[in-house]
Amino acid sequence: MTAAETSEALATPNWFVDHTWVIVLLPFVSAALTLFLGKRTPGKGPVYGILAVGTGLVMSLGVLLRFVQHGGGTYEGSIDWFRVGGFHLEAGQLVDGLTAVMLVVVTGVSLCVHVYSLGYMHGDARYTWFYVALSLFTGAMLNVVVANNLFQLLVGWEVMGFCSYVLIGHWWEEHENSSSAIKAFITTRIGDVPFLFGIFALVFATGFETSNILEIGELVEGGGASRALVATAALLLFAGSIGKSAQFPLHVWLPDAMAGPTPVSALIHAATMVAAGVYLVGRMFAVFAAADPFVLQTVSVIAGITAFGAATMAVVQDDVKRVLAYSTISQLAYMVAGLSLGPEGVTAGFFHLFTHAFFKALLFLGAGSVIHAVHSNSMREMGGLRRPMPVTFWTFLIGSAALAGIPPLAGFWSKDELLAGASHGHPVLFVTLLVTAVLTAFYMARAVMLTFFGEYRGHGHPHEAPVSMTGPLVALAGASLSVGFLGAPQLGAPFGQWVFFEQPHEAAFVPWVAALSTAGALAAIAVGVALYRRVREPDPVLRLGPVSTLLVRKYLMDDLYWKGLIRPIRDPLAAAVYWTNQTVLDGIVNGAATLAKAVAGLVHAFDLRVVDGAVNAAANTAGFTGGLLRYIQSGNVQRYAAFLFTGVIVLAVIFTRV
Amino acid sequence: MIRLPLVLGFSAALFAVGVYGVLARRNAVLVLMGIELMLNAVSVNLIAFSQALGEISGQVFALFVIAVAAAEVGIGLAIVILIYRNRETINVDEVNLLKW
Repeated sequence: MTAAETSEALATPNWFVDHTWVIVLLPFVSAALTLFLGKRTPGKGPVYGILAVGTGLVMSLGVLLRFVQHGGGTYEGSIDWFRVGGFHLEAGQLVDGLTAVMLVVVTGVSLCVHVYSLGYMHGDARYTWFYVALSLFTGAMLNVVVANNLFQLLVGWEVMGFCSYVLIGHWWEEHENSSSAIKAFITTRIGDVPFLFGIFALVFATGFETSNILEIGELVEGGGASRALVATAALLLFAGSIGKSAQFPLHVWLPDAMAGPTPVSALIHAATMVAAGVYLVGRMFAVFAAADPFVLQTVSVIAGITAFGAATMAVVQDDVKRVLAYSTISQLAYMVAGLSLGPEGVTAGFFHLFTHAFFKALLFLGAGSVIHAVHSNSMREMGGLRRPMPVTFWTFLIGSAALAGIPPLAGFWSKDELLAGASHGHPVLFVTLLVTAVLTAFYMARAVMLTFFGEYRGHGHPHEAPVSMTGPLVALAGASLSVGFLGAPQLGAPFGQWVFFEQPHEAAFVPWVAALSTAGALAAIAVGVALYRRVREPDPVLRLGPVSTLLVRKYLMDDLYWKGLIRPIRDPLAAAVYWTNQTVLDGIVNGAATLAKAVAGLVHAFDLRVVDGAVNAAANTAGFTGGLLRYIQSGNVQRYAAFLFTGVIVLAVIFTRV
Repeated sequence: MIRLPLVLGFSAALFAVGVYGVLARRNAVLVLMGIELMLNAVSVNLIAFSQALGEISGQVFALFVIAVAAAEVGIGLAIVILIYRNRETINVDEVNLLKW
């Protein structure tokens, strides 16, 4: 961003852009209010979070309005947080088109999740606490989005890690859930460590003066840092993204994160957490663009592997939420693949993030509605739900079609733009993404058929969810239908005017790509419908012999991690920790106790012998002296007189001497 | 003319006898008599020094001492009589009501 553009942008901020930081603070305030006052508030506390996030959504739309009116631009404002030597840490906001779009996505989806949870979490034992964590989670993500420097971003990033841990393990009474929470936390943490080193590398490149994102971008673009350093920093930052955005090989936490309540899954998968990893790459794209081409090639390879691998694993899942989880991994890889195309792919990648947020949130909330009705995650126990749950059915169908890339829904436009971008000179990636798109359409068709068509196979009588749950579904379905047109080339693709790298993006429409992907998706849906029109046992996707086994066992990744990493590290570590605990720590504690006892004994003895002894000795001396003196006080006058005369004689002798 | 040291020696002996009487005797009357002896020893001293120094005031003091001794014996004997009436003894060892 050049100085001229920045000052031009400075001339046209609106009130909302100036006060973007308020949007970030609101959820934190509501989290604190819910925490301290929630249980005493009527309704047990959701009101604060809903008000805060709702206000945030209105303000975010206000921020976006500025970019709709004036196009791109960057607005930065900050206050000094503190200085250490020459290093200068700020707390500030960096608002550009990307920030504005992300703000709308985060607050919009978060508001839907907040409202939806009114119904879904009703009667939960930790209802108020759930809303505290939701608000905190939203606030942390907004902080990541708005941060103008890397350390502020890191704060939000880590708070999100904590919140995801808390929310995934919300129902910690079951051991599996708390294990999933720990898995998510530790796996993302493995990515966070390189991320931290990446930040250090960039701060080092500035000569330990700043962590400001724009300044780092200028420095890197101006060639102020060595090639090796920039490439290293970019790879380390991307490692952070791999962890947070669940890319291969750190994707394993995300399917298990389904242990959390479904609204949390929607929040994690659509608006926060996983989007943060993609957002980081986009925000620091100056570093990636300036780095050796090898870096973006690495990103591209990982995105390709993840997109295809996750899509294949989604095909064989039985748990409806896990289908969506693997789908999320796959779609995130789509976004990362877009970014890996270079500056011209940034818009496409973020457009997919934007549209995906709405329809994936919709799908998760729809799945939650189904789970709420049938009390099971397994698609074996669903089926035929389109009749008792029409709202859920139609909204879920819209979300599935959007995800499958059926025109003119949101997913079609964003996916098509990505494919069009990849079709220019990235043949391998293009084919991978196309196959992934076909697989996506297939597994969504399978999920819809198993859930909503055929005969009901579960227990009880499922019924439609309350308005607090269907309302967000309808709102998100509306968004899934409409937001795609923001990036439609035929309509001028205004999205490319807001979110871009260096220069506004002109959306390209490649007819043969669009036709190919649409035909592929429709064919996959047709196959899916044909295969699952009637219930077949076993499931057709499980009849592929070793392939099915490989997919069901998640390409042996979990086994590999379990046997190759966790057990060899955890078991000796546990033994060592146990030994340390028993021997060293207990030894210290026991030693301290023994020492305290010995000292106490000494003090006791001192008290008994010395202090008491002194007191008793004084008393005894007085008694003894008294006993001696008693003999003088005989009451015998003559003896007194004898003393008197003795005294006189003594005095006489003394005076005579004198 | 009797020499002064002889008189002082006599006086000291007389005083010592009086002290012995006061300290050693149990009979209250004899204790009183001891006191008289000591007073007389003092008087002898006064007169001896008066004579030796050619000073008349010593003899005047001696007269006073005799008068005081007379009063003292009067009071002392009265106390002894009262004690005897109350306690039927004049043994000073047994007159211990003020003890403790």
